[in-house]
Amino acid sequence: MSDHDHSHDQGFLRKYVFSIDHKVIGVQYAVTALVFLFFGFCLMMMMRWQLAYPGQSMPVLGELLPSLFGKEWAETNMGGGVMSPDLYNSLGAMHGTIMIFLGVVPLIVGGFGNYVMPLQIGAPDMSFPKLNMMSYWVYFMGGMIMLASFFAPGGAANSGWTSYAPLSVTATQGQTWWLVGMIFLITSSLLGSVNFIVTIFHLRAKGMTMFRMPFFVWAQLVTAFLLLLAFPPLEAAGALQLMDRVAGTSFFMPQGLVVSGVVQEYAGGGSPLLWQHLFWFLAHPEVYVLILPAFGIITEIIAANTRKPIWGYRTMVYSVVFLGFTSFIVWAHHMFITGMGTSISAFFATTTMIISIPSVILLTCLLITLYRGSIRFNTAMLFALSFLPMFAIGGLTGLPLGLPASDIALHDTYYIIGHFHYVVAPGTIFAAFAGVYFWFPKVTGRMMSETLGKLHWITSLIAINVVFMPMFFQGLAGISRRLYDQRLYSWGDAMQGWTVVSSWGAWALGLAQIFFILNFFLSIKFGRKASANPWDATTLEWSAPSPPPHGNFAKVPTVHREPYEYSVPGMSKDYFPQNVSEA
Amino acid sequence: MSAGVLPYTVEPHPVTGLYSGKLGTWLFLASEVMLFGGLFSAYILLRVGAPEGTWPTHEEAHLSWKIGGFNTLLLIISSVTMVMAWANLKMNNFPKARMYLIVTVILASLFLTLKISLEYYPHWHDGLKPSTNVFFGLYYTLTALHGLHIFGGIVVMLYFIGPGAGLWKTNPEYYTNRIECTGLYWHFVDLVWIFLFPILYLMN
Amino acid sequence: MAGSDADISKHVKMYLGVFAALFLCTILTVAVSTVHLGHTNNVIVALVIASFKASLVALIFMHLKWESSKIIWITLGLCAIAFSILMIVPMLTANGFPASTVFSTWG
Repeated sequence: MSDHDHSHDQGFLRKYVFSIDHKVIGVQYAVTALVFLFFGFCLMMMMRWQLAYPGQSMPVLGELLPSLFGKEWAETNMGGGVMSPDLYNSLGAMHGTIMIFLGVVPLIVGGFGNYVMPLQIGAPDMSFPKLNMMSYWVYFMGGMIMLASFFAPGGAANSGWTSYAPLSVTATQGQTWWLVGMIFLITSSLLGSVNFIVTIFHLRAKGMTMFRMPFFVWAQLVTAFLLLLAFPPLEAAGALQLMDRVAGTSFFMPQGLVVSGVVQEYAGGGSPLLWQHLFWFLAHPEVYVLILPAFGIITEIIAANTRKPIWGYRTMVYSVVFLGFTSFIVWAHHMFITGMGTSISAFFATTTMIISIPSVILLTCLLITLYRGSIRFNTAMLFALSFLPMFAIGGLTGLPLGLPASDIALHDTYYIIGHFHYVVAPGTIFAAFAGVYFWFPKVTGRMMSETLGKLHWITSLIAINVVFMPMFFQGLAGISRRLYDQRLYSWGDAMQGWTVVSSWGAWALGLAQIFFILNFFLSIKFGRKASANPWDATTLEWSAPSPPPHGNFAKVPTVHREPYEYSVPGMSKDYFPQNVSEA
Repeated sequence: MSAGVLPYTVEPHPVTGLYSGKLGTWLFLASEVMLFGGLFSAYILLRVGAPEGTWPTHEEAHLSWKIGGFNTLLLIISSVTMVMAWANLKMNNFPKARMYLIVTVILASLFLTLKISLEYYPHWHDGLKPSTNVFFGLYYTLTALHGLHIFGGIVVMLYFIGPGAGLWKTNPEYYTNRIECTGLYWHFVDLVWIFLFPILYLMN
Repeated sequence: MAGSDADISKHVKMYLGVFAALFLCTILTVAVSTVHLGHTNNVIVALVIASFKASLVALIFMHLKWESSKIIWITLGLCAIAFSILMIVPMLTANGFPASTVFSTWG
């Protein structure tokens, strides 16, 4: 690019902190998100102690946290090293919020999307580089506000990540911080999604038609549209709830509400159902925001490592577009027990069954792609391969939740926790790990260690199943997901053994991440040097140097063919890159 | 990297027929539609669900159609002056375009001034606050969000009248495009008010 | 929308015409609101007039009338669908909305 000289005279701040290069911003997003993921997971590991050993002093943290936060804090939240029910609720709410809005979405959309998507379409940068920088910093501020909320009087938000009214309206101050933080995060996503869509439509290299785009780019495009159209209603809902809390309006407060024996001083006339509608209008498309980019990552990895074209690429594209579209009319399946009427429930049950079809098509296409491929079992591929059955478990266990009759029994039990964690944890987060192993050489110019990577994979895969599989049994036994101590109920007491198993699984999963952290940092320094195309892959990002310079491509690439031309008969090599004109 | 390096910041893309800023603005406006949509949806659900006789009548609402109607006119006129600013840039008449922009800013400021001095302030003084009832909650939230959008528009226009005007000398087409995008946003703000006026002032 | 100077000055006349129409519609909508047509009818009339005004602004001032870019229309179409869903579905579940009577005829 003509501004190549720019990269030399930029100061440290412009180059690494307030950079407008999509690659730096992508790395900023990914690293921040990984830190938040680990932080969110730590909150959960603390909660698992309370669940497994209620009333017992927490080892190490039971003494460490009180000494960090002071005596006053310890007396209300950590008496005798045991977390209080309020603290437990805060940790639960913040675990969900942090994992979804500060961890997974910024990682797979902000991180991978920002870094890989422009490279894959042969663009020099995103369409609006400054806007891109702004969206990262707005996200960062949102994250900081969320973290700061832990220090608010009464602790962080404690009404669940869904912040159902009226509980959230009458909750402690942390909820206000949560709402402000959410408004920042939503704004950041909106800025990002505008940028993504314009970039995909305007900055594709010559010859890169829509149906020559790698599937990852398609997934990002649909995701961006979901963010664009589904997120603003939650911003509106957040503003309304903020008004309820700060200005004393009663949008979500019904007449004569009594909380803990006290009649609330609200004018009334509001509707708690309204919050659920506006929340789930976002939050169901959000599920696809979590899963579609993961499918995109997996598709790239499976194509490169089976040495075969993706089976049914166009079918997958149509499916993903259909998924995105349909995801706007399924949200009320989260609300079957609100009594919104059987006709509406029947409608949403039907659409929910319909939306499972394209998901199954996506999974099937990837599965068939494996058939008779010469599969390379590297770490990225192992994570990608385990994504398939894990996501299938998560998806199939969702079907009973999509039907009102069975949902009424299973709603708000551990079954639902098991279901969506199978989709997001060994699903999306495994896909994200796969993506890290796959694109690490492109970002840093060095390979990650395969040995440590495989250790990370096998330990994580086993541990994560130990964590979540028991939850299905517990849920079927009717244990509520929000209990601080399930032994209070006889059926909960009977299932306490599974809770202990699940908790040990969670801690083992935490330990397993040490392999990843070590691998990540050691490989930056000591990893084997990577060539431009270490995986012999076909898509455009591999035609740029590793790491790509400012402006990405030395010569603007021209695209000659579809994205996954592997093992083309009659070729000397088993891959045919998109930018190579003749063999 | 300066924006000028990237393609399609000024010239339209051959396939979409748009320069990037315009596509971006339209996408942004789509999200704005959904933002106000969330609030409109709340209005509809709460109003339909309101028990008989609890929604304030026209007299109880204390909103004068005279002020609302006058403000509607101000915004409509400002939309015309905005589009005239763009048309004059297209005809290479920068001084006139700038004059139209200044008029737009004045009209917008007048709108906000009237809103605050003749409506918010006396209402608040009379004890009609957001917490009074759901209608007033919605009224304040909707108009405040709309007012914030007006304020944002004023800031952007002031930028293009003042420090941003230098772009006209170096790259007039780029400047014209930016005014067109500002205009799109401004017309959208006008469009939201066209719905807010009957909903809040006339429908009780 | 690219256009020559002559096109632009033709448009300027149109802008003034649209202004006149918007002005008249504003008066009309206030006038109609004082006539009692029954509550529902009043709401419908007000919304129809507002929609007419809004489409004038969108078509002429925002140049949608001359917009041939497919992607804008696709975006607006998706937006319109999402918007309608957001307006209609929550309303159907509102307290007191006769949802059961509306839908029981479906079977």
